[in-house]
Amino acid sequence: MPAINVNPTRMELTRLKGRLKTAQRGHKLLKDKRDELMKQFLDVVRENRALRKKVEEGLMRAHGSFTVASALMSSEMLEQSLLYPKQSVELDMTFKNIMSVNVPEYRFKTRSDDGGEIYPYGFAATSGELDDAVDALAGVFQDMLRLAQIEKTSQLLAEEIEKTRRRVNALEYVKIPQMEESIKYISMKLDENERASTIRLMKVKDMLLKQAIEEQRAADARAVEAFGGHLEDPESI
Amino acid sequence: MSNWKIAVLGDRESVLGFKALGLSVFPAETAEEAKTVLHRLAKEDYAVVYLTEQYAAQMEAEVARYKDELTPAVILIPGKAGSLGIGMANVTKSVERAVGADIL
Repeated sequence: MPAINVNPTRMELTRLKGRLKTAQRGHKLLKDKRDELMKQFLDVVRENRALRKKVEEGLMRAHGSFTVASALMSSEMLEQSLLYPKQSVELDMTFKNIMSVNVPEYRFKTRSDDGGEIYPYGFAATSGELDDAVDALAGVFQDMLRLAQIEKTSQLLAEEIEKTRRRVNALEYVKIPQMEESIKYISMKLDENERASTIRLMKVKDMLLKQAIEEQRAADARAVEAFGGHLEDPESI
Repeated sequence: MSNWKIAVLGDRESVLGFKALGLSVFPAETAEEAKTVLHRLAKEDYAVVYLTEQYAAQMEAEVARYKDELTPAVILIPGKAGSLGIGMANVTKSVERAVGADIL
């Protein structure tokens, strides 16, 4: 039970009721947001898994060819072949808004569209395995970029979901019960005060009535005495 | 907001091939070097940094730091020695973070 330190006044009660209403509406909205985010997230994460598997396999194949190439060629030669790339990639990044989470979208432009342009070396001095390796890398690159987009999206969504979930839980299990408790406390206190003042009024009324009766009796007694009678036997006058 | 760049960070033999594709390649000899390079890349306009798992295993804190940032996206790729499964584990971890349990 939370410690209650609110002023039991009508103004505080009105204020709390307003806050409770806002909290409940916020809770409902956040819950909806969490559910929708979760739905999006699960789609993204499923794709993320599949894509990652694909990329990892593709890269391992490329690495395999590369290892063979580096075994067949001297490392100086290998490095020399790849030192000056013909191709260059430019990345265009835009943002997409998923439930108020900004996620990146990547689009890449290559300098030339010619597929043959990816080999930055002459074929005479290099081994065929190097071609395979570069080819495999080029093939997997599209997926790698997509993976980057998907994985970043899923990371950002995960963060947002965590935040939203915490907010929903804080509202549901802490804030709203606390406010309800306070409202209950205040209304009980106010009712109690009201009863107390009713009782006080009744008491005062009783006291006044008693006093009035006593005064009346005293006045009667004086009147009876003035006529020479006896208070105990007013009929004897 | 355009003309972002893509970096590949890792040991020399794992990343050399990406040079042919026209990506910016940053060979690092040690994990320490990779850390400084990563921080430098994050300050410049690199939108995506591909990092080999072999180094990522030794610099978890650095990778985690950029997890919630919009740029750069640090994406783990297997190095030439093979996949360590860290990339896949990270996917599972993000599911756990969001849902509270691994439900896939």
